[in-house]
Amino acid sequence: MNRKKPLFVMALSLIMTAALLAGCGNSGNGGNGGNGSNTGGNASNAPQETSEPSSAPSEEPADKKLVVGFAQIGAESGWRDAETDSIKETFGNDPAFELKFSDAQQKQENQIKAIRTFIAQKVDAIGLAPVVESGWETVLKEAKDAGIPVFLLDRGITKGNEDLYVSFIGSDFILEGQNAAKWMIDEFGQDAEVNIVQLEGTVGASAANDRKKGFEDAIANLPGYKIVYSQTGDFTRAKGKEVMEAYLKKDKNIQVVYAHNDDMALGAIQAIEEAGLKPGTDIKIIGVDGIKAAFEAIAAGKMNVTVECNPLLGPQLKQAILDYKAGKTLDKWIKSEEDVYFGQKAIDALPNRKY
Amino acid sequence: MAILTALAHRLVKQKLIWPLLAIAALFLFNLIVIPEFYRMEWKDGHLYGNLIDILKNGSPLIIIAIGMTLVIAKEGIDISVGSVLAISGALAVMLLDSYPLWAVIGAGLTVGLLCGLWNGMLVALLGIQPMVATLILLTIGRGIAQLITGGQVLTTSDEAFQFIGKGHLLGLPFPIFIALGVFLLTYLFKTRTAFGLFLEAAGGNKTASAYAGIRPKVIFMTAYAITGVCAGIAGIIISSNVASADANNAGLWIELDAILAVVIGGTSMRGGRFYLGGTIAGTLFIQALTTSIYSLGVEPSSILLVKAIVVIIVCLIQSDVFRQSFILSKKKVAQR
Repeated sequence: MNRKKPLFVMALSLIMTAALLAGCGNSGNGGNGGNGSNTGGNASNAPQETSEPSSAPSEEPADKKLVVGFAQIGAESGWRDAETDSIKETFGNDPAFELKFSDAQQKQENQIKAIRTFIAQKVDAIGLAPVVESGWETVLKEAKDAGIPVFLLDRGITKGNEDLYVSFIGSDFILEGQNAAKWMIDEFGQDAEVNIVQLEGTVGASAANDRKKGFEDAIANLPGYKIVYSQTGDFTRAKGKEVMEAYLKKDKNIQVVYAHNDDMALGAIQAIEEAGLKPGTDIKIIGVDGIKAAFEAIAAGKMNVTVECNPLLGPQLKQAILDYKAGKTLDKWIKSEEDVYFGQKAIDALPNRKY
Repeated sequence: MAILTALAHRLVKQKLIWPLLAIAALFLFNLIVIPEFYRMEWKDGHLYGNLIDILKNGSPLIIIAIGMTLVIAKEGIDISVGSVLAISGALAVMLLDSYPLWAVIGAGLTVGLLCGLWNGMLVALLGIQPMVATLILLTIGRGIAQLITGGQVLTTSDEAFQFIGKGHLLGLPFPIFIALGVFLLTYLFKTRTAFGLFLEAAGGNKTASAYAGIRPKVIFMTAYAITGVCAGIAGIIISSNVASADANNAGLWIELDAILAVVIGGTSMRGGRFYLGGTIAGTLFIQALTTSIYSLGVEPSSILLVKAIVVIIVCLIQSDVFRQSFILSKKKVAQR
């Protein structure tokens, strides 16, 4: 009888651990995505920066300066670091602005605390990259009552709360999928026979769903374009490679690999090389995100195109705040400026890539 | 006839038979549904095919699962292997810029050893529950790996380093030889030294073995240290295979696959007897299942469901109670 107990306890704790981990994973890629390469699942909350949200820069008499408070999620990926740097640079280098920056270390409670601090400091505008979609009503209402405009960056909040913020500045994942398809159709022509392998992102992530939808809608009316295989690669190189390896054993008649992020595309490139084919020539490779490694692969002729998912949102946030102060009406969704990079254009852009 | 039945009964009692049967059933299914699964080619001086991929991609899991078998044999568990793997891979790729290859590999293995000793210290010396003790490193390990990589995916173009994960020897992928080497070393360690016997004894009954003069603490420390080194090796292979180190995703969930492989292989979570061969078979079954699922083109959203169903079936067949409730209804079978 006694022997049974440890097993039961162990099984129970296993299940609990799994549930705990699954929970962490969800919070990472929930919300309005924002970052393709961040598949969540970083069980550690990466306490890399120790700065407390309340320890904003010391207060100065902000006579004419516009004070902007920004509540960042954390520093969980290179994409987010690039966004942080962009914001710090944009406002730090502009004498007309003063930035109060807070790192929430992936915790909503820290972001809420930071926003309350900003309200108490009577800042002129608040920027927020919400870590999750829900639970913002109370604190954003407080900001609204205090007359402080709120701008959302790269991730949205629960629908039905549009009156609580001025604008959402971020990527249109559907458009990214369409742009990927557009490059491919330009490359092969409307009537070409093209077999496509699609490497999807993490199941359920909005970046994966929308990049898939945009791409598939764009080729829906072209009978020659067939997605012969579509499988998730969890936004990682290792999985992208493994999935591609397995499919190449079955069928090598592929013209295009469309990956929902550059990391999976880079994994697929390795699998294609090991199968004795030339990626970029025999099989065209399309990725999304625009990470530096993708530009290097394009320069090496192994990849064809990357559709940018721009984290450098600082300038657009600044413009939005200036427009708002000038009394202009802003779009509810300001789409981030994004480009499609291929060929010489990508090679030229490589030295300037920041992330 | 009587001899055949006796043989069948003896086979059923062999722990190894169940994972092997599961693999055979899976391969039979593939033979009917996706015959091209077995196509093999000779390409650029090495073998190329799904079966080779299963061995190659399964190698890191085999190595991790071997370590896991040892800690489970002493009624412990190590859920931190995925994080340790990420640390080792990240460290190796980071150091590659400025240090020679041998130093890089040494650093990866050393950091694995240190992590293993840390786990062993918490469990054996401080008496913390293994699940809780290794949960610590599971959580902070990824954080450490992120610190090393600076939150980025580190890439390398070092050819020699990539040979570890991508190279070929005698027409076979190199990771297979590493896995084979780890298996043989551990097997010899188990059969040719007192350690194996002590480990089984200490796992079976700690108090009795302590009275018999075995020092369980030393045995447990050793088991965790070996597991840590195994995770270190796997980390180097994985980062080498994709020529990059991804602190967030390298080896994510591998601890669960490894535990599953050990259990499918017939080693009890309650400690005692352990079966390295069974673990290998269990690992190969899990990897074969993954590759089959990709080859079959299962919908991404139902992959986990398919895996879960297959694993449940395998575990049910393995259960003596479940089997006997089936067999008894037909014919009375002697109790074990």
